[in-house]
Amino acid sequence: MSKILVIGEISDGKLNAGTAKVMAAATAIGGEVTIALLGADVAAAAEGASKLAGVSKVLKVERAENAHILAATFAPQIVELSKGYSHVLFPGTAFGKDIAPRVAAKLDVQQVSDIMAVHGASSFDRPTYAGNAILTVDAPAESTIVATVRLASFTAVAEGGSAAIEAASTSAVLPTHTRFVKLEAQKSERPDLQAANKVVSGGRALGSADAFKIIYSFADKLGAAVGASRAAVDSGYVPNDLQVGQTGKIIAPELYFAIGISGAIQHLAGIKDARTIVAINKDPEAPIFEIADYGLVGDLFSVVPEMESKV
Amino acid sequence: MKALVSVKRVVDYNVRIQVKPDGSGVVTDGVKFSMNPFDEIAMEEAVRLKEKGKITEIIAVTIGGAKCEETLRTALAFGADRAVHVKEEGDIQPLTAAKALAAVFKKEGANLFLLGKQAIDDDANQTGQMVAALLDLPQATFASKVELEAAKVTVTREVDAGLETLELDLPAIVTTDLRLNEPRYLKLPDIMKAKKKPLEAISFESLGVTAAAGLKTAKVSAPPKRSKGVMVKTVDELVSALKAKGLV
Ligand SMILES: Cc1cc2nc3c(=O)[nH]c(=O)nc-3n(C[C@H](O)[C@H](O)[C@H](O)COP(=O)(O)OP(=O)(O)OC[C@H]3O[C@@H](n4cnc5c(N)ncnc54)[C@H](O)[C@@H]3O)c2cc1C
Ligand SMILES: Nc1ncnc2c1ncn2[C@@H]1O[C@H](COP(=O)(O)O)[C@@H](O)[C@H]1O
Repeated sequence: MSKILVIGEISDGKLNAGTAKVMAAATAIGGEVTIALLGADVAAAAEGASKLAGVSKVLKVERAENAHILAATFAPQIVELSKGYSHVLFPGTAFGKDIAPRVAAKLDVQQVSDIMAVHGASSFDRPTYAGNAILTVDAPAESTIVATVRLASFTAVAEGGSAAIEAASTSAVLPTHTRFVKLEAQKSERPDLQAANKVVSGGRALGSADAFKIIYSFADKLGAAVGASRAAVDSGYVPNDLQVGQTGKIIAPELYFAIGISGAIQHLAGIKDARTIVAINKDPEAPIFEIADYGLVGDLFSVVPEMESKV
Repeated sequence: MKALVSVKRVVDYNVRIQVKPDGSGVVTDGVKFSMNPFDEIAMEEAVRLKEKGKITEIIAVTIGGAKCEETLRTALAFGADRAVHVKEEGDIQPLTAAKALAAVFKKEGANLFLLGKQAIDDDANQTGQMVAALLDLPQATFASKVELEAAKVTVTREVDAGLETLELDLPAIVTTDLRLNEPRYLKLPDIMKAKKKPLEAISFESLGVTAAAGLKTAKVSAPPKRSKGVMVKTVDELVSALKAKGLV
């Protein structure tokens, strides 16, 4: 039977919503699941983790050095914790992508990046070429499987569990060669891009940070999160953490608006799992219309305010 | 101060990928290849650091078959001083690549290693982190700003919450994100000059590296196709369609 260690992610002191999706992948693999949480004080996150369906145990790894997430200090602790487990799963977020390979290399195993489907305890689907070729891979079953989970491919497990919470300690000696300086977080009252049901994204066509306000305003009317194409981020209209795509965030909302976005394959890689895609573009030949469920040819500067007034 | 930059030859980012009907892989015959875009960013950063006088030598490295020499010539045209070709045919998975790159980094006694955050063919996003683990060195992934000093490097990283800044003692491993810089266009004289720069071919054997056990690909399939939907003429039509589905 598989013994699975899920590395939980903590954001603002609480369990990140992605962990419940990693649990869904763990449940699909099947077996006994432990969630490990590393931090200086992980009490609130541990509470959250213990309630997720399917969790047998929550390990709190609290240590002053864990106040900031650093791959160089987290990885040796996770390597130590991983003893006896068949799988170590991370969320496919910046957090997981930073740390998981460092753990895999220490365990001398290849990592499975971005699991999107589980066929068995060691057989998984993963995307390559911006999601244009899906590989079904078999990991050597005799060694530990280290993987990241593509969150957009899984539905969060429900709450209702009541797993035991245990304190765990490690003897790993932590390097001091890497130091946290600061985090400039984009504080926003809007729904989180990766968890939102509805997302409104704007592209290069917006032309300026000021003009981007019509996207924010429409999103607020819908209660939607805001996203953007790379071109909009590179041009400085919006912060980098709003980028959707192959190298930005991969999302799976119920409703996605692509406004003034051409539909480059790298952008599409981030929205393949959106349930309904609406495209607004003044060019009837724009590639985004090839995959949109609803397309409207028009000037966004008149279409968006009109939509806002009518929804 | 020596910088090592890894450059991978990949299918060009503009190519529409076709999966072979027998599920054995993707079509690469007659397809354009170029340097992985994130590695171009890594090269550009190294060259800018050299132009600022912070780096004295740039070494480009690749692992792969004979054709990867083109990619190294591109790196030399960017401004690498010399190139190392780890000549190995076949599928090189990240842990194996990382073992070879770590060995080259050690052999060259480099201080800074710049890699792309991800190769756009395998989309693995692993190699830099693995090199750092194998060498027990500091890492800063997804860099959007790099400030190099004599004994440390300060890196701003693109993380999910925003921008994080880390300070790393040298030697250190940095992987590049899109916003770090915009790679220059290569000029003909630089491309000509690159032909004469030193390029050394070595093997896994000479590095003392053996390929790590890999993941086996059972099959390659095309993703489910999204079909073209409907074109609506007016905002009213759009809004009522979305309302009918309970989406707005
Ligand atoms: C390695 C790599 C990784 C990448 N990763 C990503 C990624 O993660 N995410 C991403 O988005 N991109 C990514 N890209 C970039 C991608 O290739 C495209 O360049 C980018 O998505 C284009 O953004 P855009 O659609 O906003 O701009 P454009 O392609 O310039 O499109 C603008 C669109 O707006 C339309 N338009 C203009 N004016 C109006 C108007 N008034 N009303 C309505 N429509 C209008 C135009 O017809 C056009 O279709 C990546 C590229 C590379 C090389
Ligand atoms: N075969 C290779 N040759 C040179 N560099 C490589 C190779 N494989 C990976 N890399 C480097 O590692 C980075 C990340 O690759 P990956 O982990 O495969 O997504 C790339 O951007 C390259 O800089």
